[in-house]
This record gives sequence, structure tokens and C-alpha cells, in this order.
Amino acid sequence: MPEEMAVEMIVNGEKEILNVPVSRFLLDVLRDELGLTGTKECCTVGECGACTVVINGRSFNSCLILAVEADGSEVTTIEGLAPAGELSPLQDAFIKYGAVQCGFCIPGMVISAQQLLDDNPSPTVEEVREGLSGNLCRCGGYNRMFEAILSVSKETS
Amino acid sequence: MVGAQIGSSARRVGGHDRVTGAQKFVADLRLDEMLYVKLVSLDCARARLLGIDASEALAVPGVVAVVSAEDLPQPVARFGPVYRDRPVLAVRETKYHGEPVVAVIAETIEAAELAASLVEIRHEELRAVFTVDAALNPSSPLVQEPELRPNDPLASTNVLRERHYGWGNVDAANAELVVENSYSFPMVTHFAIEPVGCIVAPQGQGLDVWSPVQHPYQLQRILADLFEMPLARMRVFAPDPGGSFGGKQNPKFEPLLCFLALQTKRPVRLVLTLEETFQAMRRTSAEIHVRSGFRNDGTLLFQDIESNYLIGAYVDIAERVVSKSNYLACGPYRTPAARIRARAILSHTTPSCAFRGFGTPQINWAVESQMDEAARRLGLDGLSIRQRNLANFGEEIIPGDVPADGVWSESLEMAATAIGWAEPLAPGRGRGIAVGIKPGATSGLSYSTVRLLFDGSALVYAGTSDMGQGARTIFAQIVADEISVELERVTVVMGDTATVPFDLQTSASRSTVFMGNAIVRACHEIQTQLRKMAADLFDVSESDVAIEKGRISVLDQELSAAELLTRSFGRLRGELIGNGVMRQDDVSDHPLGGSPSFYEFNCTAFEVEVDRDTGEILVVKHVSVSDVGRALNPLQVEMQDEGAAIMGLGHSLMEQIILDSTGRIRNLGALDYRIPTTKDVPLNLHSFIVENGDGPGPYGSKGVAEGGLLCTAPALASAVAAAAGVVIRDLPLTSERVWQVMQGSSDKSPSRVFGTRTGKVQALEVHLPQV
Repeated sequence: MPEEMAVEMIVNGEKEILNVPVSRFLLDVLRDELGLTGTKECCTVGECGACTVVINGRSFNSCLILAVEADGSEVTTIEGLAPAGELSPLQDAFIKYGAVQCGFCIPGMVISAQQLLDDNPSPTVEEVREGLSGNLCRCGGYNRMFEAILSVSKETS
Repeated sequence: MVGAQIGSSARRVGGHDRVTGAQKFVADLRLDEMLYVKLVSLDCARARLLGIDASEALAVPGVVAVVSAEDLPQPVARFGPVYRDRPVLAVRETKYHGEPVVAVIAETIEAAELAASLVEIRHEELRAVFTVDAALNPSSPLVQEPELRPNDPLASTNVLRERHYGWGNVDAANAELVVENSYSFPMVTHFAIEPVGCIVAPQGQGLDVWSPVQHPYQLQRILADLFEMPLARMRVFAPDPGGSFGGKQNPKFEPLLCFLALQTKRPVRLVLTLEETFQAMRRTSAEIHVRSGFRNDGTLLFQDIESNYLIGAYVDIAERVVSKSNYLACGPYRTPAARIRARAILSHTTPSCAFRGFGTPQINWAVESQMDEAARRLGLDGLSIRQRNLANFGEEIIPGDVPADGVWSESLEMAATAIGWAEPLAPGRGRGIAVGIKPGATSGLSYSTVRLLFDGSALVYAGTSDMGQGARTIFAQIVADEISVELERVTVVMGDTATVPFDLQTSASRSTVFMGNAIVRACHEIQTQLRKMAADLFDVSESDVAIEKGRISVLDQELSAAELLTRSFGRLRGELIGNGVMRQDDVSDHPLGGSPSFYEFNCTAFEVEVDRDTGEILVVKHVSVSDVGRALNPLQVEMQDEGAAIMGLGHSLMEQIILDSTGRIRNLGALDYRIPTTKDVPLNLHSFIVENGDGPGPYGSKGVAEGGLLCTAPALASAVAAAAGVVIRDLPLTSERVWQVMQGSSDKSPSRVFGTRTGKVQALEVHLPQV
């Protein structure tokens, strides 16, 4: 097996072609090579969800995905949710409903929530709970995240 | 001067960058020429170090150096916030599972990790002590060498310090009921989602340090002392912590990184894994024995308390955790007599440190559970026994010290109403209620500078760390109202000891009170300058100038601060600078070095159901009420309170560090150590605020943020006792434990709710405890 491979991805709408070590995780490529540090590293075992990104319309823990596995994929990180300086309705709702404290878990949380809404525009609170169960927050009580998400769901908007 | 912002749920300052990913945490920073550090430790609790073979590690391409204690200046530097006992790297022996022995420095993190795996540390495992009993046994090894503790009569024991508090005569109290029980509270880890990390770079004759530390100025002092540098050459940048909860109060790895930066003459970066972070900090575990005396009507007569807190191998701030929390061991009650003995006991375990609540959740677990025990024995309920004994506003809770500073009964009544205390209960359910009190900061010093700029916008400088509590928002709200600036035109500058004036620390829920008052005073200085400026400009006396909410009225004219600055400064432009300070000195003859500046009071109530087949506790409703004096931002108060409540639910229901028979941690990391997830929190969680404007902070505020977890465990256990008829005195209340206790409780017990079970044997076997 070669030590490095060329990887081509569309990241937040931009085409990226990189030579990456085959053992390198997508999380590290996003953070260290593309400078997209909004995606966070915490547990590195796929439990905390801080590193969540969307790959081809599904959310993944980028700490568990080798960069070469994302070859040919479309990747969306937190930086891709809204144009620079602007907020998506979901991002705005997170602030408005008091879902944001220290903020370290928030990029992964918002990405997971956005994918949940893209898949299911009118989720119930139980579906929101289930959908976010792979994302840990230690500052808050989660309930304000549920409120933020439900506030921008199709039912209420 | 209260305007539009104070008391409003102003939008969070810094929220935008946190939802877009633009917020830079320490691990997001990259410096040119930066080297990466990986630590090497041993997979045992205690070992004698025999030698290190780094030859294979040094052969890895990109490795710059492999450093052990022998490579550092001798004797190896030791540090700590109070006791200077922690070596920069392990000296002669390791004293806890995960203590760093070697630091590998490399050009890339991959090279550092690979080389670290190749370092061979020859060692001999030694017997470790990691329980209270073992640590107190005279035949057990000493955790710290007696020479580290000169002139200390306890140096030949594992007791670091023993505190005695008390009043009245416990032995003479003629109690009609005495309840006596032992309680335990396990080791718990902070689990901030941001792991610990820091960066150090040589800078001219000094050092630049980036650390998400709660106390940048304490870190600066400790490093300047260690490296014999002037404070002015030791610059600490403190990026906002990604959660801290006490874990990032005091230095951990910054001294080592300073040595490595000086040795390599390059920036060095260390970011721990979550597993390594678990091995760097924890909550102090405790075993507490309490005798409590009552009259038959429920009146509390005495508390006789023996607290044994198991701290780690190095002290960090843990002795203060023990002494401060146990000073208020008897809680918010009128306690006629008390005898409190509290010990901080060293062990070969992770150094315990500050953790939200600062020792109070442990002691409160025991003492509040005693109140429920007494209530059950006397045929009272948990609410009425607390109402009977709770101190009224102005009544002493500790003779000679600050009396009750809140109308605490309001919180109790609010919680009781919210949980539906008097309403009928569904079968199989139970309710519990408890109260908690924590002493606020006993001394402090906070400076702030506020600059009113030429265009009427403002900068406020505060040495506080915003680790999620939202200090930036509160400070901006204060400035906005005091000098009439739109919130969006106030910038809060934090986290750089070279630009922001001194603040002692960000802890004990102090910042709104201490830094908040300093900022109000800085704004008052600006108001004074505005008044003089207006008087000079209009050639009137200062008494003819009125300033309200930053609007300046003089003669029949009214103008804004920006208009006044424009007219007064002209083309020179210019600005007004105000300075403010809040200082509370130490009191030498006070057991804590000073009286608490305020009390943080909370009442928590639960309604639960217990699954008879699995022991699982289903939280039907969780209510938290905090007395905050004045909510400067009600949304933020509720966010803090709910966060504390859920953190409390974590240590009550599921969290515990588990050690094996040799003292190694068995459940390192997110897979094996559970914290509450979205599926664990009750949807029916409610936070309520009591506001009477009776705090020492701006506009009558008090500290917030720790109250919500002070009494979670006893309230929950009380509800479980009511629902399932089992009284549990060891945390956490895991399904296994609850189920096991339910099996053991006598069918004849009148309090037993669930009768015999049939037909579920298969399911029950699955849940047999493994340990």
C-alpha cells in the first residue's frame, strides 16, 4: 500500500485535491491541512460528536473516517453552513434559545442538527433527542438545543 | 443606574463565533516552527523508575528530543497553587496512573506519537494506596516523601491536613432522635469537551504562554516564580476555555512546556487526549460519617461530622476544596451545635482539584440525606423538616460569621410548588427535595479598565476567563447601561496578561460580583469625567450637569457621550478612561481566610419512577431553584442553572471513575465513562430564579452557576426512596446499585413499595452486577 494517496473532495463547495497519508483521518486533514478548525477534536473514538461533518448527505464522526475514504465525496463542515459573516436560521436559533455556552461542542451539534432537519424537516422532540444522542455537551442541559432545533423545523417555521 | 440591558436576556456576546466555528480554542492555534509534544506514562498506579531507553524513539525521523526528569535542571522544579509538591515530570517514582514520565518533542504529532510508543521506561511496580482505609492504615506506604512536608507533624502519615470546626456542645444536646450513617461519593471527572492543552513560545527574554486557564494571573505568577522571570516577561494568553468546571483553574502542564520551549528555543504544543485529560484531574471523592440529633418535632439539635476526602498524589487546590466546603458542612440551617472533622487524605490517584461546587456536593450528599432519614423516622416529610430548620434572612448559620443573606424559604416554596409537592402521586412514583449552600469567594481582587472611545463605542478590559458562563455578555450589559452604549458597540477584551489588568481568579462564581463591581466603578469614573467635561464646555458648575443612563443634560441641552466627546476633543479626538477595582482582603483569624462574600443557595426537587425490573430511575420532573439576588441576564442564569443541574444528575445517576485492584483507572475515555446524553436528560427540567436584590454584586446580584448541582444527589435519592422504598447512601445511583439494593431490602419493610416479583427471572439475571 502506498504511504500517500491523492484525495479529491468538494469541501464546503470548493474542490480540494490533496496528497494525504493513507493513515490520516479526515478530521486531521480538515483541521491541519485545510485550516477548517471549526470541526473539533475531543474523544477520537466516535462517542462525543465534536468532530461531526456531513459527507454526501449523511453525518459522520470525522475522527473515524480516513481521509482516503472521503475521496470523491462532498463534505460540509460548520464553516459551510452559511456565508462568512452570516448565520443560518439554525445557527441563529442556537444563540437565541440559549443553547450555546462554552461552544466547543456546538459546531458538531449544529452540523448534526442541520442534517437531522434536512432528513426530517418536522421532527418530534423524541426524534431530535435521538438524532443528537451522538453529540455530547457538558455545559448545558440539552433542552435548549431541542427548542432551537424545533423552532426552525418545518412545523413551526 | 439600571437601563435597558441589565435584567434583559441580551444576546450572548461571542455567540456568533461559537456557532460558526470561528471561535479559536487553544488547539486551533498554529504558530510558525511549532513543535509537538507527546507525554509518556506508565500503565500502573505507582512504580519506581529504574531507567529510560530512548534510543528507538530518538531514531524516529522528526524527533527533536526525548526529555525525562533527569534532563531537567536539578533539583526538578515542583509547583502547585498552594503546596509546591508536583514535579514537572515524575522524579524517582510515579505516584498515580498516568503521571507523565517522559516528554517526546517532534516536528509532527505523528512522529511524537510514534516515538512515544517506542520509549522504554524500566520500572518496578510498587504497592499503591487508593482508598481512604488503605491511606489511613499506618502500615501503608506514604504517598508523599516526608521531606516534601517539612515541619509538618502529619508528614509521617497520608493525612495532608485535618480541619476542625464547631460550636455549641454536641455531647450535651438532648436529642430525641439520633441518626447515624456513612455516605460515599465517588471520583468523578470533569469531562469538559475541550481536552487540556497549552502552547509555549520563547519571546525575547521571556515566554509567551497560551493556556485555556481560569486564572491567567495565577499561572503567570507561578511560571514567573519557577523561571525567575519578571511578571512583565511572562505573558499569558488565555483563549476562552472550551468548558472547564474547575479543571483548568490551576497549572498542570504549562511548567513542563516552558522548560521544553526554553530547551528547544521553539514554540511547543501539547494537547492531551481525552483519556490523558481524565488522568490529569478529577473531583475529590469522599467518605463521610454523620451523626445528627433532632427533637421529635424535627428541630435539628446537632451535627457531628467526620469527612474523609480522598485527594490525589499531589495537592493542587484540593485541600482548600475540603476546608472550604466542610466549613459550611451543616448547610443553610440553624444548627445549635456542630462538631466537624474534615481530612484531606493523600493517595496514589489522579490529583483531585477544583470541580464545580468545590467539595460541597460531597458533604451535602451526606448531610441532606440525614435530613431525609430523620424525616422518615419522625413521620415528617422532606419539605417540612427543611422548612422547620432553614435559617431566616439575617439569622446566623455559623456563629459569628455572615448570616443568611437570602430569603431561602422562597426557593424552597417555589421548588415545592413546581414539583407539585402537595399533589397526589401516581403509583410507583416518589418525590424528593433538598437544599444546598456554598460559600462564595472569601477574598479577591479584580481590576477593570473601561475606555469610552471618540465615537461613543466602548472597550472593557477584564481578566476573567469566559469558559461558557457568559461573563463577556454580563460585562458588556453593565457597560452598555452605565455609559449608555448599544450592546453591539461594546467590545470585551480578555485573556492577555500584557493588555488586561489583574484579576485574581475566575472561580467560586465570583466574576459577576467582583469583576462586575470593578466595571461599574470604572464606568462611574467615566461618568465623573463626562460631568467635568460638560461643565467645562458649557462653563457651568458640575452640579448643573445631569447624567442619566449616559445621556448628559446641561442647561437646556441634552447630548450623548459621543457628541460631548466630539465637541470637547475636536480634531484631537481622544477618549475617556475609567478604572475600577473590587478588593476584599484576607482576614487572618478567619478559618477560611475571610467570610464568604455571598452564599450560593439552591433548592432542587425531583419526581421519579423506578423500574422494578431493572432498577432504572426514570426522572419524571427535575426542578432547580437558585437564589441569585438579581438576574442580570435571566436566560444566562437559567442556562447555567440547568447545566449545573444536569451535571449534578450525571454524578447522581451514572458517573464514577472505577479503579482496578492495583489502582489503575479501568474506564478511561468516552466509551467507558458515561456522562448525560440527550437521551438521559429529563424533558421536564425547569429552572427558576429567586430575585430579591440582596447580593453584594452589581444591582444586588450574587454568584450563579454552581448552585444547581449542590443538592441534586440527595434530592434524587430521596425521591428514589419514596418511589422504591430503598435508601441508598453510595453514589452513583446506577440501575445495578438500585436493583441490587431493592433485592436486598426486606419484604417486610413497611417502606417497601414493590412486593414480590414473579416471572422476570430471566431479565433479572441480565442485570446482575458485574463487580
